[in-house]
Amino acid sequence: MLDSGFQVLTAIIFLPIVACVCLFFIERPSTVRVFTLIVSIIELILMKPLLNFQFNTTEFQFVERVAWMPRWGLEYYLGVDGISILMVWLTVAVLPLCVLCSWTYIEKRVKEFHFCLLFMTSACLGVFCALDFTLFYVFWEAMLVPMYLLIAVWGGPNRSYASIKFILYTLAGSTVLLVALIAFRIVGGTFSIPELMTKSFSFRFQFWTFLAMTLAFAIKVPMFPFHTWLPAAHVEAPTAGSVVLASILLKMGTYGFLRFCLPLTPVASEYFAPMMIAISIASIIYGGAVALGQDDMKKIIAYSSVGHMGFVTLGIFLFNQRGVEGALFQMLNHGITTGALFMMVGTIYERSHSRQVLDNLGIAKYMPAYIGFFGLFAFSSFGFPATNSFVGELLVLVGAFQANLWIGAAIIPGVLLAATYMLRLAQKLSWGEPSSFKQGWKDLNFREWVYLFIPAVFVLYIGLAPGLFFKTMDTSIAGLISDFKAKTSAYAIETQKAKSSLAVAGIEDPLDELKN
Amino acid sequence: MTPAKEIVESVAVTYPVIITLIAPFLVYAFRKDPNKREAVSFIAAMATFLCVLSMAPEVLAGRILKYTVFTIMPGITVSFSADGLSMIFGMVSSFLWFIATSYNIGYMRGLKEHAQTRYYVCFAVAILGAQGVSFASNVFTLYLFYEIITVFTYPLVAHHQDEEAYSGARKYLVYLVGTSKVFLLPAMVLTYILCGTLDYHLGDMTKGMYPSDANGLLVTVTYALFIAGIAKAAIMPFHNWLPSAMVAPTPVSALLHAVAVVKAGVFCICRVILSGFGLDTMDRLGLGLPTAYIAAFTIVAASIIAITKDDLKARLAYSTVSQLSYVVLGVTMLTPIAVQGGMLHIANHAFSKITLFFTAGAIYVATHTKSISQMKGYGWRMPWTFGAFGIAALSMIGVPPVCGFVSKWYMVNGAVTIHQMPLLIALLASTILNVGYFVPVLYTAFFKSPDPGSHVEQYSEAPATMVVPLFFTAIVSVLLGLYPEAVTQFIKIFGGM
Repeated sequence: MLDSGFQVLTAIIFLPIVACVCLFFIERPSTVRVFTLIVSIIELILMKPLLNFQFNTTEFQFVERVAWMPRWGLEYYLGVDGISILMVWLTVAVLPLCVLCSWTYIEKRVKEFHFCLLFMTSACLGVFCALDFTLFYVFWEAMLVPMYLLIAVWGGPNRSYASIKFILYTLAGSTVLLVALIAFRIVGGTFSIPELMTKSFSFRFQFWTFLAMTLAFAIKVPMFPFHTWLPAAHVEAPTAGSVVLASILLKMGTYGFLRFCLPLTPVASEYFAPMMIAISIASIIYGGAVALGQDDMKKIIAYSSVGHMGFVTLGIFLFNQRGVEGALFQMLNHGITTGALFMMVGTIYERSHSRQVLDNLGIAKYMPAYIGFFGLFAFSSFGFPATNSFVGELLVLVGAFQANLWIGAAIIPGVLLAATYMLRLAQKLSWGEPSSFKQGWKDLNFREWVYLFIPAVFVLYIGLAPGLFFKTMDTSIAGLISDFKAKTSAYAIETQKAKSSLAVAGIEDPLDELKN
Repeated sequence: MTPAKEIVESVAVTYPVIITLIAPFLVYAFRKDPNKREAVSFIAAMATFLCVLSMAPEVLAGRILKYTVFTIMPGITVSFSADGLSMIFGMVSSFLWFIATSYNIGYMRGLKEHAQTRYYVCFAVAILGAQGVSFASNVFTLYLFYEIITVFTYPLVAHHQDEEAYSGARKYLVYLVGTSKVFLLPAMVLTYILCGTLDYHLGDMTKGMYPSDANGLLVTVTYALFIAGIAKAAIMPFHNWLPSAMVAPTPVSALLHAVAVVKAGVFCICRVILSGFGLDTMDRLGLGLPTAYIAAFTIVAASIIAITKDDLKARLAYSTVSQLSYVVLGVTMLTPIAVQGGMLHIANHAFSKITLFFTAGAIYVATHTKSISQMKGYGWRMPWTFGAFGIAALSMIGVPPVCGFVSKWYMVNGAVTIHQMPLLIALLASTILNVGYFVPVLYTAFFKSPDPGSHVEQYSEAPATMVVPLFFTAIVSVLLGLYPEAVTQFIKIFGGM
């Protein structure tokens, strides 16, 4: 494993926590904002060593490994590979945007709000960097509390319902994840994820641990039918909450699939793949269809998330290079585009104090720059060519059609639905009789330009020249898939052998019972 | 067939796209001063046309200019190339943009239309789309600009922002986005899976990009998806958006729904057949004739519907549906002479049909009349306008020496060569039907006496900014009939004929 002198991952995980402590000593809200913004920029600067990431290895890099509680075999074990590093960059990049888009939006308890944001960033970075299962779980749980608070304290009128629903759903998922974690420790003898990856487990064990982990991850993604917490949480959350939720939190579920399900339970993953693909397709179609019927802008985008994340899970469970690449691209793209769309809703909400589409008709005339950005992000959202989502969507489609023509054909309606609801929304916002225009409304100010311009650059950059991202992820994904194929084919040979010997002895295969 | 052509790396092929990309921003920047704003359109159109024209010597020397701008992933790039086929559409669309800008000024200012900046911006973006489509070097670039056209012509169709405009524009979007997402996108994905690349096979229209050992059924499905996905070509049953799009201001119907948008559609079909599948694959899988029959049906059916329409623009719309299928029919007959006729018709129809729409708009600006039955006696009040209408109508019918005759000649020749009598009958029937729906317009205008109390004498020609362009395009129609070589030299170099 490649090591580096400077403990960069520890530094980026703990800087926000240190900053949280400093916040206690700052009184004025404006200072709090500036301070958090500066911290978020320092965080970005601290990421510089990560630019030395080696593209041509599947090994974990920037590894830090210290014994934590040796008695129980717990370790403080961090590292990144081509899959997680993209998520780490996304997390760090989203923080300053969240601060900027909350600048005037958040008026009460400013200090506590920024405390939650910073704490959340630490926890999310921890999730993506942890290579020890328990450490992963600690960060996974740590992020629930600030998210709960973001919704419950700074949310809309129905915030207590939404926040409780959020925490109940995700806690239910994490509880079974804990069971899986302990099971891996008992059977595998270690919490270290890279070491667990080298072991092979019995089918029965994989069967149950896969189900347990999948429940946790599927709730987080969220996959249909575990998605109902998401629209509620999004609608009630403040803008920054929605952005963090959409850009980072949802990715943890799909990251979990890639980090745990495929490498640790490959046979069960393959066994359950048809179910996972079916659920993914259901998510894509259902998310799109429901989004089409919404009148609340945040709800439209929330349901569109369900559909987009369906593409991600679909790509993962196709088990081919293009599919998984597409999935990872979609994770990144969804983070950029949907995050930006939520910021756009926040921007207009600050003016019209309504998220209803009908209250925001015909604003193109007064806010051309706003509509320009909105158009770009909306187009990106439905996979317009030359924008980022198109790359991801195309890869998933190629993967799907390669795997099976019918899977490919099944998601086409989802693609169409995405175009329909986004064009409908963009059309209503830019056209029609202005419903809420008031004298004194201004087009985007400098701060708004900044936080919308940055994702806009990435929309076009990834859409037109995604070479760097391919380079980053390709080796890791190829490693993941070849490892997966090796394990599943080894298992298939073993089962074949066992079956033939059982058949000679005239005994029925106990696995058949389980499989049937 | 000539040997494979030399492919030359040249950034010049991106200039028309770059100019049309910058133009909308400049138009918007000059929104406060209408004269400067329209001057930008004029200058950009002329610059684009000259850039396209400057590539002509290279292309005629048998070279293909190519340039890759962005690489998305191996085999999927944003790249442009100029060969004979792209030159035809590139020249026609940029030249007519120049003419249409003059006409636009007369029409939009004459009717005091609202939101003119939005209108000119979208107009320029639509031309960007047309230039991008014509110089696209692979299916991805084609798809990108095809979609740009769709999205940015929506505001033009819905320009009047009333109930009728919205419902027409909705239909427009549903048809075009629906087909492109449901058919064209999977077609592109399947092509990528089958070929490993989306780059056209340029330089030889007999060979395509699909490997000869590819699954025949899958290639056939891909072909069907392409034909269904390119709804801009308005082949039945995906034609209905075009008559609905006629709610747009007339210059939009003229340049976009007679030239840029619909020609982008038939151009895409030509491209996909000639540089994507290749005549050999088309022939081997027997894909040509079924498509030719659908096109022939569209030609006849749309002509019959056109006769029943009293609204001049609706009649012209159905005439467009019918004439677009001429191009498709020519190309899918898969014999060099018919293919030549099909491609030639892209240019010929463009000049004649834009003339017809221009006259419809001029009549509307001068008299506020849309119905043919109300145009009694107008001919004598607006002789230049109706004169131009007559010339263009002769071209549509296929009377020499106007240009429509030339392309029809090639196609009839092709139908005879491949011994397809039904296709020949369709071509001839359409000629008669064309007479059936164009001549009554002229007859009403010139020979029917005005209704009492209609006060025809109050009408006169529309502003010169409108009448000059429309008469000019009519003259070009005649010139193209007399000197078809201007276009056919590009076709010959493209097809190696």
